[in-house]
Amino acid sequence: MSASTDSFLERAPIEARDWLVQLLPAPLQWFTHHLITIGAILAVFGLFFAFTTVAERKLLGRLQNRLGPNRSGLPKFSALPWHLKHKLFGLTQPFADAVKALTKEDIVPAAADKLLHFLAPVLVVAFSLLTFAVLPFGRNMVPVDLDAGLLYFFAAGSATELTIFMAGWASRNKYSLLAAMRALAQVISYELPLLLSVVPVVLVAGTLSTNEIVTAQGGWSFGILPHWNIFTPWGFIGFLLFLVAALAECNRSPFDLPEAESELIAGHLTEYSGFKYALFFMAEYFGLTALSGLGVTLFLGGWQAPCDFLPFIPSYVWFMGKLVMMIVFFIWVRGTLLRLRIDQLTRLAWQFIVPLALINLGNAAFWALTASWAGPLQLVRLGVSLALVVGPFILLGRRLNIGRGPRTYRYATS
Amino acid sequence: MLGSGIIKGLAVTAKNFVGSYFVPERMVTEQYPEDRPKLPENYRSFPLLVSETAEDPMGTLRCVACQICEKECPPQCIYIEKSKDKKPDATGKMQLYPVVFAIDTSVCMSCGLCAELCPFDSIKMDQVFEVAATNRFAGLLLNREQLAKSNAYYHSIRPVEAAEVDARLAADRQAAEAKAKAAAAAKAAAAAAKAAAPAAQPAPAPVAEAPKPPSPAA
Amino acid sequence: MITAAPAPFGQSSGPTVRRVNDPLHGDLLEVSMGPQHPSTHGVFRMDVTLDGEVIVKLKPVFGYLHRNHEKIAENTSYLSSMPYTDRLDYLCSMSTNWAYAMAVEKLSGQAVPDRAQYLRVILAELTRIVNHACLVGFLFNDLGTSFTPLLYAFREREKIIDLFEALSGSRMMCNYQRFGGCRVDPTPEWLAAASKLVDNFPRFLDEYETMLTGNEILLARTQGVGRLDPKHAVNAGITGPVLRACGVNYDLRKVDAYGFYPRFDFRVPLGEHGDTYDRYMMRILEMRESVKILQQAFKVLPAGPIMDPKAKLRGFRPKPGETYGRLEGPKGELGFYLLSDGTPNPYRYRVRPPSLINLTLLEEMCLGHTVADAVVILGSIDIVLGEVDR
Repeated sequence: MSASTDSFLERAPIEARDWLVQLLPAPLQWFTHHLITIGAILAVFGLFFAFTTVAERKLLGRLQNRLGPNRSGLPKFSALPWHLKHKLFGLTQPFADAVKALTKEDIVPAAADKLLHFLAPVLVVAFSLLTFAVLPFGRNMVPVDLDAGLLYFFAAGSATELTIFMAGWASRNKYSLLAAMRALAQVISYELPLLLSVVPVVLVAGTLSTNEIVTAQGGWSFGILPHWNIFTPWGFIGFLLFLVAALAECNRSPFDLPEAESELIAGHLTEYSGFKYALFFMAEYFGLTALSGLGVTLFLGGWQAPCDFLPFIPSYVWFMGKLVMMIVFFIWVRGTLLRLRIDQLTRLAWQFIVPLALINLGNAAFWALTASWAGPLQLVRLGVSLALVVGPFILLGRRLNIGRGPRTYRYATS
Repeated sequence: MLGSGIIKGLAVTAKNFVGSYFVPERMVTEQYPEDRPKLPENYRSFPLLVSETAEDPMGTLRCVACQICEKECPPQCIYIEKSKDKKPDATGKMQLYPVVFAIDTSVCMSCGLCAELCPFDSIKMDQVFEVAATNRFAGLLLNREQLAKSNAYYHSIRPVEAAEVDARLAADRQAAEAKAKAAAAAKAAAAAAKAAAPAAQPAPAPVAEAPKPPSPAA
Repeated sequence: MITAAPAPFGQSSGPTVRRVNDPLHGDLLEVSMGPQHPSTHGVFRMDVTLDGEVIVKLKPVFGYLHRNHEKIAENTSYLSSMPYTDRLDYLCSMSTNWAYAMAVEKLSGQAVPDRAQYLRVILAELTRIVNHACLVGFLFNDLGTSFTPLLYAFREREKIIDLFEALSGSRMMCNYQRFGGCRVDPTPEWLAAASKLVDNFPRFLDEYETMLTGNEILLARTQGVGRLDPKHAVNAGITGPVLRACGVNYDLRKVDAYGFYPRFDFRVPLGEHGDTYDRYMMRILEMRESVKILQQAFKVLPAGPIMDPKAKLRGFRPKPGETYGRLEGPKGELGFYLLSDGTPNPYRYRVRPPSLINLTLLEEMCLGHTVADAVVILGSIDIVLGEVDR
């Protein structure tokens, strides 16, 4: 794990940046250093967003036994021999979408609050981009290594919900207003479970710095079982809770209540068109990517390789790979599940996730305190921890769906 | 346990995801402009007028302007004007023909009643479904020149039905010819008889009428 | 002022009413959902008054799709109305055709050959499957899935619709039934394809049920939502699966025993709670029963003519008199009232549309529930605006 063992590919991005920076005079170096980082994040995650949209459409299409977008391609350059298929599997779809969004008419309702209506999409993108600052994308590749990185992440992340409220209020549309209220209810309900599901990690790792949390998950048992948090009982349930809370935080199905298209048409997006709509869309995916990145960082070992013979693959590749897995999972969930109602949503948070997260906190504390147990005691430790996960899950889950279940039906006798 | 139903659902969608690559029956998408849909023979879009030949569609229209379709058309989208003179029809009988035969396809609801009721097998349902026009009034009002399609084309879209129609028409034509022949023979006989028996008064006009149009198919 | 209280968390308990004396209680919000709204299944409008998200008043507004169907039918011949009946319930034109043909046949006393009777049962049950598959698909879309169950259901529907196209020439506007029989005789290949499709259909239903029926979110969203009281339902004249979901045993296939239905062995599923989940399950179970009927029908379909030889298409003039022909459509009792004065046109022509009459209790079902539930309840009633507005 020392810098000396790093392969060339592992060091290449950092060294390229340092080489560029040292070309400039000293007063500009600090500034350029960060500008390059910001530029790299914008470029990488901008493209990542573009291809996430097309991946989502194609994956959903396949889930639904359709083909998904496969028409958009490059114009025909038949002279080029490498370019045999001009359609490129529809991979240029996001660029066509961007052109479409840019050329569309921007409609602002006459009764809208023009300033807020304009500001909301701008701010939502800004806030959702802020969260990328503390994610460790690879070894030594964290843009800003804050000591309280996690706190910063949640502070920046929860601000996006305020911009949704802003958009809903400024549109002066009743559907948007309802969506804004739902968004507020959702942010209040799910900020706490999200934080609580993360606290056990902080407790075990003993730090709020994202980079150090990843480092704490290094190492392997028997060379193949990585020491990631997800492979502990408290980490597994913590990850599940985190997933649910993250889905709710970034308004993804089944918690996409603020933009429930079958109820509120498009919620806060009803009165947005053209590029402003695209900005909201972008922010939603940035938020999803950032939260997935946080999940990878906290539970899936960040940029760590899963086996001890694999670290020759650069760390940022591992990070992006895990990120893609998370996104694919979110798309899969979206293709399957239905939407909750707002009261059920809050109820799920307060009656199920928050108690479970609190119990999980105790579980993690137990795990941290018993780290020194060895031999058969290790099995006892695992058993107790598992019981602390499964028992509350079943008990609380039963309470959640009380009086409901599949029914049997009778048939008319005559 | 809570979540088991959700996991089952996720398993089903995952199965469909994998199945979409390996089980062609799962996919129903047609790559439309490249892959043309296979239309069943019964498929109907808008009416067409059958003419015997492609070279002279207006001269060989089967339509005799009887106006049954015009009367029965539910949305009243057919407009016909009869001719003043007569022309021989498919069975060789002298008939009127339509001077104007127009169908407003923006009104037509493709029910196929006109084709079902036509006693002369003249109006049939086409299978062209790409009928977009750039002008919503003139572009969708089809006149008889646009509606006329040859019998060969009719055979190409509905082989079974067209063969039946041709057989029926041929039988009718044969019957008509036989009747005409019989009438001619009778006339000749009468003329001969008249010639044989000198009479003062002129011969009565031949009563041999061409056969009645085939009764509508029940 | 009287408003409905939000149901206690978790237990949506139908309409409960409370009196608001609280000065801090805010204003009510009036929202006009529709006629352009993704979940109103056409151009339907619900004028909703909301207390927060809870519905305290709901007024269904329809008529945006009024096409003067009944008056047009009074001014055209009996036969010319047949294509128009396709457009009533455009998902189930085969059963609508049959209902109209049945009414006219009653009026004129025409007999229908055996083969045509069996064909009518086959097509009506296929239509029931088409309609119910569409309904459950759209219901899940209203519940917020990203089209997945809808597209699975549509895949199956598409296969049946293709059969209709091969038989009648049109996918949805079939215009197939005639007075005294059917229009086109299916080929043996068609019957084989249909029989194979029907045999495979339960597999789709099983997959569908595995995917969704046990889903916790579905249970939470539908059980106890939009409860309908059986007495109330009977008084309002509600029919079809919506009525049977309340536990009332009323299926015209059994009650009237019209057509050849008495020759088939099938059961009528009954619900207990009358909530949205029961209404959804009624559809699933009825599809399974329809499959049973179809399998029996394909086995015993006799050869023979499909039209009454005495029937005539043109110049049809029934004797003066009146009649009411009805059948169990996929959505409920579908009836045609005809009053003949001996002319080629009916003197009075009236449709009893199940969609419209089932819609009348929408407010009772929705009060006390949230906007999200209203959309789902509307979806579970199964309306088609072509039939509601006529």
